[in-house]
Formats: sequence, C-alpha cells, structure tokens
Amino acid sequence: MKAGVQQNKVRSAIRTMVDHLATGLAILATILVVAPLIAIFAYLIYKGASSLNLAFFTQIPKPIGESGGGMANAIVGSGVLLGVASLLGIPIGIGGGIYLAEFGRGTRFANAVRFTADVLNGVPSIVMGIAIYSLIVFQQKHFSALSGGVALGIMMIPTVTRTTEEMLLMVPNSIREAALGLGVPTWRSVLSITLKTASPGVITGCMLAFARVAGETAPLIFTALGNQFWSTSLNEPIAALPLQIYVYAISPYDDQHRLAWAGALVLIILIVLAVSLVRYVASRGILKGAS
Amino acid sequence: MGVGIEVTNLNAWYGANHTLQDINLPIPANHATALIGPSGCGKSTFVRCLNRMHETNPIARVTGSVRIGDMDIYADASPVEIRRRVGMVFQRPNPFPTMSIYDNVASGLKLNGYSNRRALDEIVERSLRNAALWDEVKDDLKKKSGASLSGGQQQRMCIARALAVDPEVLLMDEPASALDPVSTSKIEDLIFQLKTQYTIVIVTHNMQQAARVAEKTGFFLNGRMVEFDSTHKIFTNPSDKRTEDYITGRFG
Repeated sequence: MKAGVQQNKVRSAIRTMVDHLATGLAILATILVVAPLIAIFAYLIYKGASSLNLAFFTQIPKPIGESGGGMANAIVGSGVLLGVASLLGIPIGIGGGIYLAEFGRGTRFANAVRFTADVLNGVPSIVMGIAIYSLIVFQQKHFSALSGGVALGIMMIPTVTRTTEEMLLMVPNSIREAALGLGVPTWRSVLSITLKTASPGVITGCMLAFARVAGETAPLIFTALGNQFWSTSLNEPIAALPLQIYVYAISPYDDQHRLAWAGALVLIILIVLAVSLVRYVASRGILKGAS
Repeated sequence: MGVGIEVTNLNAWYGANHTLQDINLPIPANHATALIGPSGCGKSTFVRCLNRMHETNPIARVTGSVRIGDMDIYADASPVEIRRRVGMVFQRPNPFPTMSIYDNVASGLKLNGYSNRRALDEIVERSLRNAALWDEVKDDLKKKSGASLSGGQQQRMCIARALAVDPEVLLMDEPASALDPVSTSKIEDLIFQLKTQYTIVIVTHNMQQAARVAEKTGFFLNGRMVEFDSTHKIFTNPSDKRTEDYITGRFG
C-alpha cells in the first residue's frame, strides 16, 4: 500500500514537471513568433521615424541632388494598385472558394482547381511580373497601373480561394440543412447563411492576401514600373511604396536611404491600419454571444 | 391547417446501401405520428424523404411516391417549394450563429425575399408564442444572438423558425434527444398544442415520448416498417412479435 502511494506521488510530480515544461515551451515559441516582428518594427522606427514629416506625405520625390521631398505619389499609387488588385482578386478568390467548398466538393474538377491554386500560390512573384508583362504590357506597348494591379490581384486569388474554402468547410452541415429545410434556395443559402457564418475567417484570408501583395516589389518592376511624378491614371506607369523603397535603397545618396527607411515604416503602418480598419468594420454588428 | 401524407412504395438508398425498403404509410392530418425503432433502422432517412432533404446528399437516391395533401412531392414540385410546406426540426438545435433571435425566426421568410416589416414583426411574435418562447426572449429579440440561448431555448427557437414559414407539416427528427428533461417536457407540451394545427411526424428514441405525444406510431426495423397502428395498440397489444420485443426492451 505505502509503496503505491509513494509511486503515485512520484508520478504526479513528474506530470507536474512535464506540464510546466510544455507550458514553458509554448511561451518560448510564442516569443519566437512575435520577436522578429517587434524587432523589425523597432528597427524601422529607429531608422525611419526621424525622416517622417509632413513633406513625406504631401510631396513627390525631389530630383536627385536636392534633399527633402516625399512619397505622396507612391502612397497613393500603392492605394490604386491595391484597389485594382482587391477588386480583381477578392471576388474571384471568394467565388473559387465557394465553388470548391459548396458545389464541387469531391469532384475531379474541384481537385484540379485546388491543385492549380496551390501551385499558383507557389509561383515566384517575379514570374508573375514577367507573365503579366508579356500578356498586358507587351501587348499595350506601355507600362501601366492596371497591369500592376492585375499582377497583384492574380497573386491574391489562391490565398483568398483556399482560406475561403477552408472557412466554409468549417461551417457545420447542420446550418446548411437548417437553411435548406426552410425552403431557401441553395444559392441564397450559400451567400446569406454559409458565407456569412464563415465571414470572419474569409475576411482574415482576404487581409492576409492583401498584406502579402502590399509589400510586393518584383511583379511591379515589370508592370507598374514606378513613377517619379503624380499619376493616378490606370493607363500610365504609377508609383508604389515598395518600388520607391527599392529605388531609394539602392541609390548612393544617404538622404534617399533615410527616405527608404521612412517609406518602409509607412508601408508597414499603412498595412496594419488597413487590416485593423477592415477588422473593426467587419466586427461591428456581430451580436452578443455569436460564435 | 395540416394535411395528410400518403407514402406509397418508398425506397431509399445511400450509395449501395438500401436504407428504406417498400414503405407504405398513411399519416393522418392534424395528428402527431411517432416513428420508433433502433438506431440505423431508417426512421431518420424516412422523415428526410418527406421534405426531400434526403437527396441533398449526392449519393442518395429515392423511388416511390409521397403525396402531401394533393401534391406528389417527387413529381409535382421542386424541393424548395416542398420544404416551404414541410417544415423540419433537427436533432440538435441549429440556429444561424450570425443572426439575432428575431432574424433567426424571420430567416425563412427574409431569405425568400419577404420584407414587409410590420407583418414580419407579427409573424415573429406569433411564431415565438406558438413555440412557447416569447416570454423568455421578447426583451432581447434583436440584441441577442440566437446561439446565446440555452439548448432547450435554441430548439424552441428552431421550432418557431420552422413555424414562421407557415408549413402544413412539421417533421421532427428526435427534437429532444439533445436536451435535458425540463426542456424535453416543454418540447412535448409544445407538440401537444401544435398538433391541432399541423400534421406532425416525430422520430424518437424515447418510447415514453412516443406514447405521450402521438396518436399513431410506426415501428421501423432494418429499413422496413414492421407495424403501424394507433399508439395505444402498439404499446399494449402489438400484432408483430418484433414490435413487442422492441417495446419490451428485448433488443434495440
């Protein structure tokens, strides 16, 4: 009897130790995940914050040799490019995800689509740039904001499609049956019930795709090209923050290096702001106790 | 008002699995009819054939005829039309999690394009009263999510949701099996009131429940209907040996 009690005590001590160890490892992993982001952000603030002033947000780049100037055109240009990309990538992506999860489940075509989306996700962004260059830029004989937006938009599709599919598959079947059982047509049930129930996850997927292409430089080199002047036309080359950062970062002037750091800081802040804004807007109207 | 249901030579399959075999059954209007039988005997499949939910599964197949009132549901109408006339309450409460209590109850009408707000308010109130839930939720109809209610309240909300589209028949697939005894007795009281206005078909594992709420009872076994008669006769003097074995607890 006594030996048994002793043994139980030892086992319980070991269990407690293992528990602490596992908790410790999880905390360590969390720190490792968050640390790089914080480090990058801190470094950007250290390097870039001093160059941020009103001119940065209101002026276009100064000619080489002159100091000062800003990235107003690049900020607006990134907005235009991301707008075009979202208009193209999000509807197609969500539509594809709905097909995969709700209509094509288990069919050969759906498997092919899913596979293609995964491959497209793995295509290097520079290849996407070259592809759009030969499909749009080369045909039109000029670089344009539209081609840049298309390149980014296509890059958004696979992420949006796959997260939409995953999120729709997580909606319990009982909810689909509830809607069908009320005599709701399938298309209506998919849009108003299933997609709506999955919407927090779908929005997260869209934001992930958005944030990812917001920082893309390579596909824009061949498409949007960049622009030192004001332009918001879809038919002309357009400036973009990542492009401007790239140009300034490899230039030989210290002044431009500082602006590149500031640009990187602004890019990250704008992405965080855009994502937070969408989340805030999307979270309003969710009721007490809704899951 | 409810209408009667006439099932003739109904057969159903899941893939190669012949889950229902030659079912013939007259279900009377404005009464509750209980279907009992061991798990996997086909009773759930049977009620799902009555509103064509069975065929939402791509490998499912049905033959035979089901007449609801004057309509042959497999010949005369689309599944969507039929499901508006034949409401369904599922085993587990399945509220729409993004919707308020009000929107849950109004969903069947709203999603079919009905938008008269005054009339909707009235229908929601009447449906919730009919489902004996109105007094518990009337103060936070639009504030609270349907999913925030207790399980028993959720199930009564789902009943209200089914009633709101004004069906003639109400199918209930083990509506109380996931609920506690108090909620169960509330649901049973409800069935008692509702059957004066609707034709109710209730699948249940609980034989006392069948005895309490239903005038007629059918006993299913291995995809066949063994016996269908008045509930009193089934539970006191069944004609089939297998029915007697089941209700006396010798198997199942």
